[in-house]
Amino acid sequence: MWKRFRSNMGAMIGVVLLIAVIVIALIAPLLFPDGPWQMVQRPFLAPFAVDGLPLGTDTLGRNVAAQLAYGAQVSLLVGLVSTLVALLIGVPLGALAGFYGGYADEGAMRFTEFFQTIPNFALAIVLVAIFEPTLFSITLAIAIVSWPPVARLVRAEVMSVRTREFVDAARLAGLSKPRILIQQVLPNTVSPIIVMASLMVATAILLESSLSFLGLGDPNAMSWGYMIGAARTVIRTSWWLSFFPGIAIVITVLALNLIGEGLNDAFNPHLSRKGKA
Amino acid sequence: MTIFAVIASRLSKAILTLLAIAILNFFLIHAAPGDPAVVLAGEAGAADEQMIEQLRERFGLDQPLYVQLGKYIAGIVQLDLGYSFRQGAPVAELIADRLPATLLLTMTAFVVSLAFGIAFGVAAAARVGKPSDTVLTTMALLFYATPLYWLALMAVLVFSVWFGWLPGFGYETVGANYTGFARVIDIAKHLVLPALTLGLFFTAVYMRMARASMLEVSQLDFVKTAKAKGLSDPVIRRRHILRNAILPVVTLAGLQAGQLVGGAVLTETVFAWPGIGRLMFESLAARDYNTILGVFLVSAAMVILFNIVTDIVYRIVDPRIGARS
Repeated sequence: MWKRFRSNMGAMIGVVLLIAVIVIALIAPLLFPDGPWQMVQRPFLAPFAVDGLPLGTDTLGRNVAAQLAYGAQVSLLVGLVSTLVALLIGVPLGALAGFYGGYADEGAMRFTEFFQTIPNFALAIVLVAIFEPTLFSITLAIAIVSWPPVARLVRAEVMSVRTREFVDAARLAGLSKPRILIQQVLPNTVSPIIVMASLMVATAILLESSLSFLGLGDPNAMSWGYMIGAARTVIRTSWWLSFFPGIAIVITVLALNLIGEGLNDAFNPHLSRKGKA
Repeated sequence: MTIFAVIASRLSKAILTLLAIAILNFFLIHAAPGDPAVVLAGEAGAADEQMIEQLRERFGLDQPLYVQLGKYIAGIVQLDLGYSFRQGAPVAELIADRLPATLLLTMTAFVVSLAFGIAFGVAAAARVGKPSDTVLTTMALLFYATPLYWLALMAVLVFSVWFGWLPGFGYETVGANYTGFARVIDIAKHLVLPALTLGLFFTAVYMRMARASMLEVSQLDFVKTAKAKGLSDPVIRRRHILRNAILPVVTLAGLQAGQLVGGAVLTETVFAWPGIGRLMFESLAARDYNTILGVFLVSAAMVILFNIVTDIVYRIVDPRIGARS
């Protein structure tokens, strides 16, 4: 499987890009010990206008390069944690619905359908606006709008695995139902969950940046969306202030999508040959 | 089931869903940090003591929770979405004023992205593995990863600021007082950039779906039969594969309606497009929770209605669906 993943050029480009973003996020405090909020020069400096400020300064004279590096921390953190929380909600719900069926399934699916009907970005806006924008509320809001597809996926996978022979064997061996679910069924649903999770991190990063673009970012955390939102009004004169953070988002999200697709192709080689998206 | 039975069952389900969202809204107001009366009045300063007292009485905030919930729901059933103290108008009125602009934007973006998405998807599938397929799929991948609001800003920068081809701001030329056909043209010009940027992301989504669907259908046996009959590839593609591949794309596109409405908030914000998304953005800064929740409810209603319409269209186009259920 790793061989197939490695031979996928898109996926490898994704891995390289993602590692670059992670490294920048990790060494941000070393590269820019003053942090992203410090005023370093006069405002609106163009890229390369002054040595040591390759991307120029923003409306308040802050170092754009430093802001980008610290923004990577926030994007990756929110993307990762919100996806984990979404998995924590979606996997158990989907597993119980798919494994037990009947009323449990009916109820869980109604609940999931309800959340799928609600426009998810609008719900995220409402949640963050009401509970005040903090990294905690943003992460939670993104998780709350992202779990339904996980629940549906896990349910479908569990339903198909449940009927396999090794599950019957486990039942005959006298394993209890919860043990069969956790030890026999769930491990066999991991690969599609991993694929979905990697794509969810990408979506979560886009969601976080959209929220902070609208002014719903954590006021204590520098984020790419906030940078674009703050530079929106000066786009006519200082285009680079909105340009670079956008590129950073595109690179990160693209990397994650490439990795997700590479994983998908590696797990399902017969599908990838057909070129299924 | 007949079409009417389907509509009836979908509508009753829709009403239940909207009711559930209204209840969710109610609990969100109460879960918000601070006094619900102040939350309803919006940011402190907009409301004085007396007004808050009035609100408390009107919504029965001194009464048990279920009585309050009953009053709130009764209000919503009568299309009373509360009052925006910030804007000095009932929320329902504010939304009704802004709704046409949003409908125009989202519908245009939907049609444009579906048309382009299917066209590109079909083109890519026909040349699968060739350079043009690679170019198209790479473009789709790129737009799929691009934040909508950023793309919108860059479009304003390039086409409005640098080239000056198209207006990048507003719904029509302020003060021009165009009437009749000239006004339609003016609005259409203002619509181009918002609709295209909102549509590009979805074009990428639909293109990927269309391509996958085309490739999947082209593996089926009836396509082999058509080939064996000696039909040419373009004919098979157009008359056999496309017709079968397009339906799932349209259904999936219908399910994306929620995202389209969410995207409208961002697009309208960038282009100062006077729709409900822009209204929501303005209300965020003012902490006008009544309006935010009202827009939320209405946008959910829009999505549900849209899903029902696509479902019905789908059933009419493909009678097999009705027969199966």
